Amino acid sequence: MSDFEAILKAYERSGGDPNFLRSPKVASLVISGNRVLGANQVPGVRIEPEEIEHGVRVKVIVEPGTRLDVPAHLCFGVIPAEGVQEILPEFEIGAGSRAEFIAHCTFPNAVNVRHLMEARIHVGENATMKYGETHYHGEAGGVEVVPKAQVTVDKGGHYSSEFALTTGRVGKLDFDYVVDVAAHGVAELVAKAYGYGNDAISVKETIRLNGEYARGLAKSRIAVRDEATSEVMGATEGNAPFARGHVDCIEVVRDRAVANAIPIVKVRDDRAYVTHEAAIGTVNKKELETLMSRGLDEETAVDVIIRGMLAG
Amino acid sequence: MEFLLKTEDLHLERNGQKILRGVNMGIAPGQVYGLLGRNGSGKSTLAYTLMGCTEYTPDRGRIIFAGQDITTLSITERARLGLTLAWQNPAHFEGLKVKDYLTLGMKDPSLERLEQALSAVALSPSAYLERTVNDALSSGERKRIELAAVYAMRPRLAILDEPDSGIDVLSLDDIARLIRRMAAEGTTVLLITHRDEMVPVADVAALMCEGEILRVGEPQTVREHYARRCRPCEVATLVEAPGGVYERL
Repeated sequence: MSDFEAILKAYERSGGDPNFLRSPKVASLVISGNRVLGANQVPGVRIEPEEIEHGVRVKVIVEPGTRLDVPAHLCFGVIPAEGVQEILPEFEIGAGSRAEFIAHCTFPNAVNVRHLMEARIHVGENATMKYGETHYHGEAGGVEVVPKAQVTVDKGGHYSSEFALTTGRVGKLDFDYVVDVAAHGVAELVAKAYGYGNDAISVKETIRLNGEYARGLAKSRIAVRDEATSEVMGATEGNAPFARGHVDCIEVVRDRAVANAIPIVKVRDDRAYVTHEAAIGTVNKKELETLMSRGLDEETAVDVIIRGMLAG
Repeated sequence: MEFLLKTEDLHLERNGQKILRGVNMGIAPGQVYGLLGRNGSGKSTLAYTLMGCTEYTPDRGRIIFAGQDITTLSITERARLGLTLAWQNPAHFEGLKVKDYLTLGMKDPSLERLEQALSAVALSPSAYLERTVNDALSSGERKRIELAAVYAMRPRLAILDEPDSGIDVLSLDDIARLIRRMAAEGTTVLLITHRDEMVPVADVAALMCEGEILRVGEPQTVREHYARRCRPCEVATLVEAPGGVYERL
């Protein structure tokens, strides 16, 4: 099997549709380890990858005014059991453009794999960028993933991202996104993870609402069981008049797992309004007993409830 | 008589209060058994006890289902024997679609059965199958979906805890039709209600008061007794009835 076919197979296992990566009509990028196996551009979208020692640096440029009808598909993975992968993307989403990116990061055989991403994202004036990232780390728990992003949203721009690591083991996750939002801009960050065994989850989401009427939501849904740990810090700053922000964190904890939630709200303008809610608890007893009254055993019922929460 | 479900001298005390005080009841296979009683009479507690909910383990007495003593069995074990409960105030589930919720208890899931179940509670399958069982549903919609889930499961015995509460009067007919349909398809039904107008749907009715079953008989007779003589529990007084049984006035 070629490297390309191997990574496509892993991509499919993580929930992606490999046909998108083969289609010349779809913007796409396929990276295995530090090798670029495929990069497809479409009108209005330039993808410029450069291989580096342990990974790939890549510029993704969406020309101003471009409307991307089909989402761009990105695949990052490490097939061997051991390895290091650094992904250094720079996204430039031109003014007035609209683009969606669907990324799958897959490490199906990982025993000792480190994956680092340091992204710089610029969403231009009145542009919209939607970014979804789904991970699959296999069942050994031998992955350390460090996704970091610095995002700047210009006036009237809209940035939303959803990070999901809900199938297979997490390993060690250290997620850290920071978004600066200008006037009338919007930022929505969603992080979801389900840890078990001795998985360790750390999620930091920071939204700085720096312009008038900027809006932001930092949302996280985390579940841990066995001896897994999670720490979630959701921070929103209201730094300008009429900025509106909200931090929404729910963590479910079972067995000997430990969960922490640290919602932070800061307001530097008395016309801004920022709220937060954080809840940590076990699975709701009534929900559990309802599913058990349909014949599910307790463990399956807990799983259904947690996966529902993570899907919601 | 052979009973599908039988309780023997069931007692339960919670938070220092005696809620069930020696419940004896028997439900025959295929029967719709209407259990009528005022709020606070112990009906829902009996439902949770029969289902085996946590903190509802009886202090005394036995529950026999299909000839087997299930008093110490878990909720799951009871459900797998064919017993289930439509909850009075059903739980909401973030992220769980109606179609998946209905499928959970079905032995042979099929789209046809899902559609049939929703139609049976007067909900449009095309409008509801993809919806989520979360708090965006109204309480009436959620109650109907709960009944649809129980109907889809085809249990041997369905305990319907106040299926008529939070449902408008015009919809009571829908609920009554569903109950008769369940019975016709082989499900025995324990209908728990405080609305006497629901009683005619039952084959046999019983009156529950302060944790006891006081009267069992023809639905119309029990209904009349309940409507004329039964008062809210907090003002109930004991009198000796003809035949020596204590009744609440």
